[in-house]
Amino acid sequence: MRVAVVTFPGSNCDYDCYKAAQDVLQADSYYVWHREHDLGAAGAPDLVILPGGFSYGDYLRAGAIARFSPIMREVMDFAAAGGLVLGICNGFQVLCEAGLLPGALVRNASLQFRGEGVYMRVENATTAFTSAYAPRQVLRVPIAHGEGNYVADEATLARLEDEGRVVFRYVDAAGEASAEGNPNGSMRNIAGIMNEQGNVLGLMPHPERAIEQLLGSTDGRGVFESIAASLAGVR
Amino acid sequence: MTHSPATSKARPRPGDPEITPELVQLHGLSDEEYGQILEILGRTPTYTELGLFSALWSEHCGYKNSKPLLKKLPTKAPWVLQGPGENAGVIDIGDGLAIAFKIESHNHPSAVEPYQGAATGVGGILRDVFTMGARPIAVLDSLRFGSLTSPRVRYLFAGVVKGVGDYGNCVGIPNIGGEAYFDDAYEGNPLLNAMAIGLVKRDELIRAEAEGVGNPIMAVGARTGRDGIHGATFASVELSEKSHERRPQVQVGDPFTEKLLLEASLELIRSGHIEGIQDMGAAGLASSSTEMAARSGTGVDIDITKMPVRETGMTPYEILLSESQERMLVVARKGHEDDVIAILRKWELEAATIGVVTDDGLYRVREGDAVVCEVPGYPLVTGCPTYVREGREAEEPRRLRAWDPMSLESEGGPAHPTRVLARLLGSPNIASKAWIYRQYDSTVRTNTVEAPGGDAGVLRLRGTRKGIAATVDCNGRYCYLNPRRGGMIAVAEAARNLACVGARPRAVTDNLNFGNPLKPEVYFQLSEAVDGIAEACRRLDTPVVSGNVSLYNENPQGAIYPTPVIGMVGVLEDVSRRMVLGFREPGDAIVLLGRNTGELGGSEYLKVVHGRVGGDAPAVDLDAERALIECLLELADARLLASAHDCAEGGLAVCLAESAMADPLRPLGVAVELEDALPGAPLLFGEAQGRAVVSCGPAELERVLEAARRHGVPAARIGSVGEPDGRFVVRSRSAAAIDAAVGELHEVWSTAIPRMMDRSAAASDVALEPTPTA
Repeated sequence: MRVAVVTFPGSNCDYDCYKAAQDVLQADSYYVWHREHDLGAAGAPDLVILPGGFSYGDYLRAGAIARFSPIMREVMDFAAAGGLVLGICNGFQVLCEAGLLPGALVRNASLQFRGEGVYMRVENATTAFTSAYAPRQVLRVPIAHGEGNYVADEATLARLEDEGRVVFRYVDAAGEASAEGNPNGSMRNIAGIMNEQGNVLGLMPHPERAIEQLLGSTDGRGVFESIAASLAGVR
Repeated sequence: MTHSPATSKARPRPGDPEITPELVQLHGLSDEEYGQILEILGRTPTYTELGLFSALWSEHCGYKNSKPLLKKLPTKAPWVLQGPGENAGVIDIGDGLAIAFKIESHNHPSAVEPYQGAATGVGGILRDVFTMGARPIAVLDSLRFGSLTSPRVRYLFAGVVKGVGDYGNCVGIPNIGGEAYFDDAYEGNPLLNAMAIGLVKRDELIRAEAEGVGNPIMAVGARTGRDGIHGATFASVELSEKSHERRPQVQVGDPFTEKLLLEASLELIRSGHIEGIQDMGAAGLASSSTEMAARSGTGVDIDITKMPVRETGMTPYEILLSESQERMLVVARKGHEDDVIAILRKWELEAATIGVVTDDGLYRVREGDAVVCEVPGYPLVTGCPTYVREGREAEEPRRLRAWDPMSLESEGGPAHPTRVLARLLGSPNIASKAWIYRQYDSTVRTNTVEAPGGDAGVLRLRGTRKGIAATVDCNGRYCYLNPRRGGMIAVAEAARNLACVGARPRAVTDNLNFGNPLKPEVYFQLSEAVDGIAEACRRLDTPVVSGNVSLYNENPQGAIYPTPVIGMVGVLEDVSRRMVLGFREPGDAIVLLGRNTGELGGSEYLKVVHGRVGGDAPAVDLDAERALIECLLELADARLLASAHDCAEGGLAVCLAESAMADPLRPLGVAVELEDALPGAPLLFGEAQGRAVVSCGPAELERVLEAARRHGVPAARIGSVGEPDGRFVVRSRSAAAIDAAVGELHEVWSTAIPRMMDRSAAASDVALEPTPTA
């Protein structure tokens, strides 16, 4: 399996994603610099990860400049052809800015950066990114963002819900989607969504930081394992 | 020192102000120092030269009042690869790996512009680490503020925390620990000390030297503007009611550029195209270029018109002294300039050749063909006069120290120790600091084993079984009452914190925050504290490998508490054997290591309950500290403990409470019975040193006690861990029992700082104005 991790100027979770793909998936992971015009010399990868960080310093708006990077054209073509794209944190913001996912991520309701462990619930365990989880499984994963407050208009939200595209929702320790469990004010406690075709997932929490017990949680492994299963065609 | 005829070439530029005694004074130079400059040059300095001397001979760059004292610190050990004098200290940790680390203050900038002041403090210390060739892997922060009841203080606190967070978060370096104290002594003089740790392969270390005559000198990174001119000089005077006028001297940070510069610098260092690299930090191009030349004994010749600038009309004086952020000075290998530029371009940064390394030992700056500065380089950097001042203890701390806090106890101990405990847990000095560190990314780079909130932060080192741990510590109140003991305690507590997570203490970086050293009472504090630190570092085998001095932390209300912050790094041979502070299982035995001596001097209890600062700082027995550290390390290695926690501010009762409520989802009850023949308050809340509270399964208890005996560490089983959400009960012979629901204690402890900060919203309009000073 080949995994392309896109590095924008200011990406800072590219290394973590690179290692996660290598360690969990035993994948051949490699970096793709944002100025490149293809996603890998050896042809299309099996998975593209847009990692977290502060592409272009989050200047203007998080993700707003990165979406104009040359590589994004390739990412959009790759996604249109059905390739799996995983956007984490800043990567999620870039996907929204690029129009690959609906809605937007605005400043946290607290107006403060939040770096801490949160709980999120698997709302749809039948996707290419979540099949390894049980339905409504509650996961412990870190967040680290200042602009993770998901907003969309009512019609979009209703569609996302109806089509099972709200993939992850913030919950409290008891597994309830309460205000207390919502770290950033996201509408309907939304932590992660996917596109209509189900091949593009964006989420604010960091599954790549939750793959080793030594570091506190292995709950993020399922995202990578699901991707592997999906690619192997054994969903 | 004789003047060389070659130095006579420098001429004033048209439009330069005339060098008058007033102008010299404005540059912070004494008559004596100016006399020395005349002697070095054999003529009147040009305006550019005057600015250069002013910056390099400031306390911040020249350490003129602290250097003789700093010489007393131990700096050597077999594992020390680089001691003080470089951008950062470096220790060998085996497996071909080395750790570079340093702490640095940004106090004055943070006092007038908290957000940018703190942000650029983090930026500067990161650059100090990656210019050694080390990739930054962690940041820690040590903070001091006045009382949170003041709107101005809340504004400063919120701004500093946001500044530290935004910068480190954006660059992507995890914050793994810190400390914060609140005391009126810091009102108007907040302290921001930032520490950075980097990891480097032993054979990829690089030093900041300007080697090789004929090699090109290149400016790399951001362009130079007019921000921060004379920041180093600003940092070397007292704050006053006019300090807010210095806001333009505070630099503005751009963490995005820093991230690019970090990646570009590491790539440059590995590329073999460069000889040396140094941050343009305090005193900017002036200090970086002169220091690099001085280290290698070469000269430099710089054409200031080649420097990339972001505004027009800048004079050589301004360009030399600008402290614009995110810039590096690089000495490249001759003929490799284009390779350097190519690497910088990839990272969307600029590089320009601005000069050349020479063999004449002169520091020469030209503006095109006109020489505006020509100074013998060596005296410029090392000739800064140093002073051994007179130290004399002030009357006030001596009087306070002589007071016996036990005299309060003769009036009877606390009638309601449960309420006292709750008040202590709600004191911002003891309360949960999550309000601070939840604004920091502590898990980026996926190495963080223990995030902030424990005794020390712990990182694993990929590709090895090892880990490193780090902490920052200092109790300024102890240092005020007894600076020697306070200095020793800062070191001992840092070492104990590391041992409590299972790490062997290895080396220190120190940040000496003091008032005006020209005042005998301040110089006394500085000298005594350094003596205390030196003694403790010697005894605990933790040499000082880097550090920073921040003096003149005074305003018209007086000086800060002497605050020598100790940053310490330790090594875990097997990171899976780390320990945590939280109790684990109901029924586990709770053991006190060390002895309760009931010392109340300088305690949080006296301050919070009686409103008093007094008594002597707790006694320190360095042999006992050493034995405790060895004992903890053995217990960690044998995996005998479920938890270990240093006993510090708030004493034994607070220590037990912190271990009980460490897991907010599953706080555990406690049943403790203390046998000591001590009055209630000193026993429960006294801050005797050399103690730790550990817990273990009942089956391990005998082995734990036996290990303690072998190390000569007093140890006693004092109770058991209770049920989840149970009662927290501590009984003693001489006081009523502490008896509270552990969940309620957690509520008080975890909400204290957020509650105080929530008030700031209503008061933010007044908070933006500086407090009027008398």
